[in-house]
Amino acid sequence: MSGLASGTVLVGVDGINVAKNVGFGIIAAVMIFAALCVVTTRNVVHGALWLVVVLGGVAAQYLLAAAEFVAISQVLVYIGAVMVLFLFGIMLTRAKIGADSDLNNRSWALGIPVALLLLGVLGYVIIDGLRDTVVPDRGPTPTVLLSDGYLGPYLVPFLAISFVLLAAAIGAIVIARKD
Amino acid sequence: MSALLAFEIPYWGQSLLRVLGGIVAVLLPAGTIVYLFLFKMMSFMQSRLGPMEAGPYGSLQLVAEVGKWLQKEDIAPAAADQRIFKMAPIIVLVSTFLLVAVVPFGPQAYFTDFSAGIFYALAVGSVSVIGILVAGWASANKYSLLGGLRAAGQLIAYELPMVLAVVGVVIQAGSMNMQQIVVAQNTGAIFGFEWLGNPFVLSQFVGFLVFMIAVQAELTQPPFDMPIAESELVSGYMTEYSGFRFLMFFIAEFATAGVFALIASVLFLGGWGVPFIWFGWESLSDVAWWMNLAGPAIMLTKMLLLTFLMMWVRFSYPRFREDQLQTFAWKFLIPIALANIILTAILKVVF
Repeated sequence: MSGLASGTVLVGVDGINVAKNVGFGIIAAVMIFAALCVVTTRNVVHGALWLVVVLGGVAAQYLLAAAEFVAISQVLVYIGAVMVLFLFGIMLTRAKIGADSDLNNRSWALGIPVALLLLGVLGYVIIDGLRDTVVPDRGPTPTVLLSDGYLGPYLVPFLAISFVLLAAAIGAIVIARKD
Repeated sequence: MSALLAFEIPYWGQSLLRVLGGIVAVLLPAGTIVYLFLFKMMSFMQSRLGPMEAGPYGSLQLVAEVGKWLQKEDIAPAAADQRIFKMAPIIVLVSTFLLVAVVPFGPQAYFTDFSAGIFYALAVGSVSVIGILVAGWASANKYSLLGGLRAAGQLIAYELPMVLAVVGVVIQAGSMNMQQIVVAQNTGAIFGFEWLGNPFVLSQFVGFLVFMIAVQAELTQPPFDMPIAESELVSGYMTEYSGFRFLMFFIAEFATAGVFALIASVLFLGGWGVPFIWFGWESLSDVAWWMNLAGPAIMLTKMLLLTFLMMWVRFSYPRFREDQLQTFAWKFLIPIALANIILTAILKVVF
């Protein structure tokens, strides 16, 4: 399969990978559409399934950025576990087929300014931080390098996060158990 | 593969070949398993002949069955959520097809060479749960919903021991790449005895057992068939499906069995390789080109061996109760798999 490596990549002026940018745009458009569907749909299960599309889009963007380990983790954790638990919970409690009339509560409009504020802050940080820098086109990071990083220079933050997660898990059990 | 040919195949041609190869690699094991084990082996175990009329020895029975399913009307219940009802079997089947993408069949005969191959397989394999859940929900049927919920609970519980069992193999091979795992087994040695290589089924026998049990549960096969328990739930999340949508679930069930058996043979039985010392090969680049042809045959043999074991268990044991099923995963398999990881890690550091 050596043809894959020798295949020409469409690289425009200033080393910008055109194909990658087009792919980014398409996936981003799908994600935005799906995200709007999550909040506008009249059915909880449909909302959850649109959220699966959004999270799958995030995984696709990671793949496009050559971060395959993160992309796979995204699929395993969010689509394979978190969304399954979401759907499981919804179906155990309330999951009518067809439109639901009382999905919105009175303060739904508050979400709009919060979302716009988040968009503004993140957009400003990214645009101001990167300016005209062109991120070089790299191949995928070998998983071995990643694991060396986790168990080498980043061991202490890694353990700290594990500890936080453990505390959260124990807290969840303590809250859930009534006896 | 293209190095063997005199001309270079263009990229779209390679992609097309990969897709076709993937379809063959999924459907061929599925058909073989259904005919050989579901039709014939089960019949012999139950002292009957099984299908005998269609073709010599009933070998065309599967073609007849598929033909029958394909001409049936595509029915969806009136109260069902039509679009999701129709989408659900596709999600399950697509997850199966994505699984095979990382399985290597020879030194150059692979679909893609993902550096996190086995991790990808575990991640993609878990997507089918969503298909099963929404199939149960969208059918607008109490039995279907119960079956879907049982399936989700079971699949979440058994995914953990499966991942943990794989970790032992990854530690021992020192890589998550399926190709590297194959090489590590075929160049290894057991106590300096090189002739057999080091198939991880010997050193990771506990991991192998946990993995095969978890696979059995992931496939919702007996004794783990609470989600489709036909004596209580008609047939669980598949109750309302008929025609080619039922066929999709059926194909997905046995194709996933085949693909998981392929993955297990890569992880534990040495994959496509023979011990490299037999032919004096040192590393992956020394392997002769004919292994690209012999490799798939070796893989198919190992897959049949493993699916034979899975089907043997399937036809032999009675069904678990729901609480037994969950207790078995959380209180038995997961601690064992964790102990296996610790032991493997210690031994890896010591030797």
